[in-house]
Amino acid sequence: MENYAIEMLNITKRFPGIIANDNITLKLRKGEIHALLGENGAGKSTLMSVLFGLYQPEEGEIRKDGVTVKINNPNDANDLGIGMVHQHFKLVECFSVLDNIILGVEPVKNGFLKKDEARKKIMELSERYHLNVEPDALVEDITVGMQQRTEILKMLYRENEILIFDEPTAVLTPQEIKELMQIMKNLAAEGKSILFISHKLAEIMEVADRCTVLRKGKFVGTVDTKDTDPDKLSAMMVGRDVNFKVEKTPAQPGDVVLDVQNMSVASNRHKNNAVNNVSLKVRRGEIVCIAGIDGNGQTEFVHGLTGLEPLKSGKIFLDGKDITSAPIRQRSITGMSHIPEDRHKHGLVLDYSLEDNLVLQRYFEPEFTNKAGFLKRGAIRAYANRLIEEYDVRSGQGAVTTARSMSGGNQQKAIIAREVDKNPELLVAVQPTRGLDVGAIESVHKQLVAQRDAGKAVLLVSLELDEVMNVSDRILVMYEGEIVGEFDPAKVTVEELGLYMAGAKRMEV
Amino acid sequence: MIKEKKSLLAREGVQTFLSSLLCIALGLIIGFIALLIINPAGAGSAIITVLKNYLYYNRAPLIIKNLGNTLVKVSPLLMCSLAVLFAYKAGLFNIGAAGQYVLGAGASLYCALALQLPWYVCLLAAIVAGALWGGIVGLLKSYCNVNEVISGIMLNWIGLYLVNMLLSSVKDPASPYTLGLSKNAPGAVLPSLGLDSLLNNNRATIAIPLAVVFAIIVWIVLDKTAFGYELKATGLNKHAAKYAGMKEKKNIIVTMMISGALAACGAAFLYLTGFEEWSCTQTSVPGMGFNGIAAAFLGGLNPIGTIFASYFIEHITDGGSFVDKTMYCAQISDFISAVIIYLCGFVLFFKLTMNNWLTRRKEKAAAKQNSGKEADAE
Repeated sequence: MENYAIEMLNITKRFPGIIANDNITLKLRKGEIHALLGENGAGKSTLMSVLFGLYQPEEGEIRKDGVTVKINNPNDANDLGIGMVHQHFKLVECFSVLDNIILGVEPVKNGFLKKDEARKKIMELSERYHLNVEPDALVEDITVGMQQRTEILKMLYRENEILIFDEPTAVLTPQEIKELMQIMKNLAAEGKSILFISHKLAEIMEVADRCTVLRKGKFVGTVDTKDTDPDKLSAMMVGRDVNFKVEKTPAQPGDVVLDVQNMSVASNRHKNNAVNNVSLKVRRGEIVCIAGIDGNGQTEFVHGLTGLEPLKSGKIFLDGKDITSAPIRQRSITGMSHIPEDRHKHGLVLDYSLEDNLVLQRYFEPEFTNKAGFLKRGAIRAYANRLIEEYDVRSGQGAVTTARSMSGGNQQKAIIAREVDKNPELLVAVQPTRGLDVGAIESVHKQLVAQRDAGKAVLLVSLELDEVMNVSDRILVMYEGEIVGEFDPAKVTVEELGLYMAGAKRMEV
Repeated sequence: MIKEKKSLLAREGVQTFLSSLLCIALGLIIGFIALLIINPAGAGSAIITVLKNYLYYNRAPLIIKNLGNTLVKVSPLLMCSLAVLFAYKAGLFNIGAAGQYVLGAGASLYCALALQLPWYVCLLAAIVAGALWGGIVGLLKSYCNVNEVISGIMLNWIGLYLVNMLLSSVKDPASPYTLGLSKNAPGAVLPSLGLDSLLNNNRATIAIPLAVVFAIIVWIVLDKTAFGYELKATGLNKHAAKYAGMKEKKNIIVTMMISGALAACGAAFLYLTGFEEWSCTQTSVPGMGFNGIAAAFLGGLNPIGTIFASYFIEHITDGGSFVDKTMYCAQISDFISAVIIYLCGFVLFFKLTMNNWLTRRKEKAAAKQNSGKEADAE
């Protein structure tokens, strides 16, 4: 009999209307790195939440070292030595690294904290596993990579044996990713068992011993990485051979539509400018993509461009008109459409019906509001039904469905329908495929290309390198609030882009 | 398109109505228990008296006259609850309605007694004063990010003492109360358009139907106009409202001005009947604005619902005054109505509980169905 640290046997977890995990079996060997691969919505997070005690499965059992256990909450999981680094770190920003690590398991004597012992233990761990941290620095002041190492130390400090990493590389630079891979290998060599959730095939091939693939809540298979290759894995993940290549003809750029000159935007979080002296042009008939690691000023750039945040300096021209200080409504009327990064925060009024959301940018136009200020409900319904039909937005009750009850993909389709149907001169799309499944991603990419071919200017902001390489006609790399490189996607490699994104190289643009 | 079949209980309106009834029932039970503790002998009859209000009399003219008394006080309460509701729909909690109400009373009485202006000007003065007072809260909120609850509460007190000072110039020298309107400024008394003879009550004025008209207007504005669409969008998700180019700063100020105007107009509706005087020495903000919060929630935050909620709250408050004072102390009526009003705030809580229960039931049913299907397949 093989020696398993954790066995999750025939786990089934249902939510209303969906089976998130359908009879899934996952066996984690002692001292191995086991990848869990699947698309968004495949059930990876649900499965890990079951293991971590956040959800109770309807069927199936969990065994630790061959013994059946019941995990009712994260405390149980912790007692069993299961630790997790969440995708979004769970750290107290204004506490020091040391305080964060001991939080919840503080060593005390007579009610007083005994930090010296803790510090000694943390320093030992940090040396042993090459986890370089500054114990007295505040979390808000340290890099994302160090925050992640703090999270890892948290698990080690609690003497966890089973470590779960939930998409740990999403927020890291290529160099930091390399370091993390090494750390994971060290941990495995020391006997820790690691579950590594990801949808990045290259990382899995590099670091994992075995890989379990999920698709639409179902178990597809577990394979040894040495017996497989990225193409086979992606076919397993998606269920068919995926055409990652977007069909499009070469771009035929025309007049300049968007002209940004020396834009700077102040940061909400720190004293420096989040966007520093950025200039760029977008022409008709081309898709320009801003690539970069999350948090390098892309969000602030888009907010400055669309009017959500004021500029510190610089000018913006749309179709030759100066819109530097124009209000948001004015920008929209001049011909700017914006598919926002956060569709729940900015894109939708979730408690409004679908039809009310579809006119969110146009409700005040004479088509939908009469002179006395009354909404033309009939016209709104007709318009909504047309968009629903044309853009294939699916929902439970059609135009009157509450936006909140719709799936993420259809919410996004609704936003895209609204923004594209405005017939804009410039379409600003920020992470338009985030959280969507492969089918929905293809349809979004087709829309972007269709807009380009209709002679519109498209500015795409994306964190996904595949998307950057496949959809764009021109790539601008943003690093620490500045444009550090401009590339033709046909003439550049992903590795080369990575160096610019990480700030290792830069060119004068 | 498949229309999902909804059970009756899952309907928004039904839920609100049931929750409101539940609150009322609970309030009555707790009130009854309190009465039992104080004096078990009279508890049953006392609670029935509260519920009967003017039906306590058995002669039709007296019943109608006292119905009129209740209705006169319903109109200001309804206006206050509309003020609270209107702001709430835009995501603002206007606890300052009480202060705006005070300003309305001050402005209307001063215009009537000191300036001898006709009733419609007095009404307008109250509306302007309330709009200003609410506008200050709106300005502070939108430009300085001051929480509207904090500034509202502070302005309540500033308003109270301001009005006390202002009205001291038109008060009766022998008492703390302002001069009687019917004697000193008959032109400022609201016209009754025959309502006084209909209800056999010379306090009944056009304020009663006007308040209902305002409720309907508020409903139309919120539900049918582009302005209401914007306000509700701002209230539900201010980030999305900003993204869509709505002027959320302007909207906050305008909303607070309208809300303040509604509350102040309510005050004028009461004080311009001529039977209510302002006590220039009072040291607490009149409860009408606060009761408006309870009425708005009891009415399920629906303008039409608030009409009935306001009536009910005033009905039991008045009913309390009929309770046998030989068995209970004089404050008992206020106590019982306060318990019921307090529980009115729980409407949303009950609604939430009901919804959670429904979802759980649906989940269980779905799970059962699924496992049934699987069993069939096997």
